[in-house]
Amino acid sequence: MTPQITAFCHIKKNQVFLNGKSIFSAGPEVDMREFVKAAFRNTGTKYPKFFKMDDYSKLGFLAAEVLMKEVDVSTIEAKSTGIVLSNNHSTLTTDQLFQESIQSDESFFPSPSVFVYTLPNIMAGEIAIRHHFTGENAFFVSSAFDPDWHTFYINQLFDSKKISACLSGWVEMDDQSLDAFVYFVEKGNDLRNESMLHTVEELNNLYKINDK
Amino acid sequence: MAVRFVSSNIISSLGFSTEENFQNLLQAKIGIQSIDDPLLYPTPFLAACIHQAELEKRWIETNQKEVAASRLEKMLILSITEALSKTKIDISSSRTAILLSTTKGNIDLLNPIESIDPERLLLWKLGEFIGHYYGNPNPVRVISIACISGVLAINTAAMMLKGERYDHIIVVGGDLVTRFVVSGFMSFLSLSETPCKPFDRDRDGLSLGEAAGTLILEKTSFPEKGDILFSGGATANDANHISGPSRTAEGSVIAIQNAMTEAGFAAKDIDHINAHGTATRYNDDMESIAIQRLGLSESPVNSFKGSWGHTLGAAGIIETTALIESMKANTILPTAGFHSPGTTENLIVTKKPLSKPLNTCLKLASGFGGCNAALVLNKM
Amino acid sequence: MEALIEKLKEQIIKQLNLEDITPADINEEDSLFGEGLGLDSIDALELIVLLEKEYGIRIENPKDGQKIFFSIKTMAEFIQEHQKK
Repeated sequence: MTPQITAFCHIKKNQVFLNGKSIFSAGPEVDMREFVKAAFRNTGTKYPKFFKMDDYSKLGFLAAEVLMKEVDVSTIEAKSTGIVLSNNHSTLTTDQLFQESIQSDESFFPSPSVFVYTLPNIMAGEIAIRHHFTGENAFFVSSAFDPDWHTFYINQLFDSKKISACLSGWVEMDDQSLDAFVYFVEKGNDLRNESMLHTVEELNNLYKINDK
Repeated sequence: MAVRFVSSNIISSLGFSTEENFQNLLQAKIGIQSIDDPLLYPTPFLAACIHQAELEKRWIETNQKEVAASRLEKMLILSITEALSKTKIDISSSRTAILLSTTKGNIDLLNPIESIDPERLLLWKLGEFIGHYYGNPNPVRVISIACISGVLAINTAAMMLKGERYDHIIVVGGDLVTRFVVSGFMSFLSLSETPCKPFDRDRDGLSLGEAAGTLILEKTSFPEKGDILFSGGATANDANHISGPSRTAEGSVIAIQNAMTEAGFAAKDIDHINAHGTATRYNDDMESIAIQRLGLSESPVNSFKGSWGHTLGAAGIIETTALIESMKANTILPTAGFHSPGTTENLIVTKKPLSKPLNTCLKLASGFGGCNAALVLNKM
Repeated sequence: MEALIEKLKEQIIKQLNLEDITPADINEEDSLFGEGLGLDSIDALELIVLLEKEYGIRIENPKDGQKIFFSIKTMAEFIQEHQKK
């Protein structure tokens, strides 16, 4: 049986969508970083650590937070829930921030709390801590979101029984814009009627659903 | 259907081929040296760097296309080319795919270099460059998951070979010793003031290294006696802390368990473990706990970080390559830098080469972000 | 001393991105780690950078950090003692 997508979340252009419906937004005049913080406050979750994260982890963490409020956690096994993410820029804007702190010998103060976020999988680590997911982890870097690869990789993990559920998606950001599409995929017998199959076609549709 | 390893290369502080590196590891040679280069760090520090003049010489000999390449790109291309030269594999075939493992790629391009497209700072652009160099028609997948990148790339290659699309996967990985990485680990107070001492009582941190490595995997229905096969692999997250290893080794335990389940082996079958062994207090203690919890304490353990330093995105590939060579030679390699035991749980750490039939072995890795990986190799 | 303590509180809030916390929320004698402000090991490393960057003081032995960074007050005392003028 093909695994099924049980919830999905988009964040882009100062809007947060859950299952295709807008649930939070800010005007175009709002800085995207301020928007991400406001959207996180709007989830109602108290998590001071969020504000210490770099921009990539904040975005991925926010998307996961919105998503996981929609997932019935009593039905999933956190121990075998995986996290498989991808993006285009790895952590480039955070890399540039760290580079500023080491560029010259005169003002050479490398920051450990910036350095630790210069690895793209740290966002998976933050999400894992928050939701106690100890399953498979992977992070891929590609030019664009690749539904073909995500379905192949994740469905193989289900087939080999290494995961029972997976938080997956695309968490992309540069200094101009951001684009997150994160979804939850499960394999079980009693899934909800409205859930969708984890196929290339379905992922393509869902990724573009809020483009109209 | 089985997946076997058919060729490899290692470019590191200890040489430019798998064979040269293996001989040096056998003698517990140490590539870690004092580096006095203010461009890399304001004060002298220790690291295992690749011999620059030799790298350039080999590059000029190899690069017939006269492509302008960054230092890391030269290492990666030299590594793939040498590994390929020992096979008849067609790298331009659509049945062959390339997987790239790296943590920071061309991070030195944050300060642009003339004649190199600054876009290759992007990891997927680096992958694309490598793919184009060889005329490979498939997208080069880039895996960037901290210090488990190399092990996950091998696991992923095996997974891809189980599908229909490919016959061969070329797994290549590399990372540089840069101002970026040295400063970062310095700010974490993680670097040892002496060449690192994995699993030793007096270990006090890691040493950085740079390397590139290549492993070529092949799908086969008829494995031959003596072939080293990939038999299982898995990753897991500690869900505990983004920079500190778990005190209970939870993620490592899950990864090892899942890899062994997939491989169909039990603890008693594991002849030898090549650990991550970074020589930080917490990492090595964590691995000792994982090994003890899974009843693997009887298996001799080693780490190559005392020879090569921590080579980040290359580590999983070159260390697995050395493990494969160990299995072929039925010889467990020594752990350079290790003298006296001193981990939370007792381990048998090899100081000297140890002859032993090696049929089933385990490779471990762990990294920032709480990630852990394991893979199981088996000899036909 | 009072001025130094106030300045430190502001610097720590900024450097460690302590959102929704004001200087008035921090008691100078409360512990910075664990129960108190809930800082962790990466914050401790960041405090070492703060001392060097803002006050020109280098901590040679990181193990000393535990005592120095126990509270805002112990930090201020350490700075007063070691600041080169």
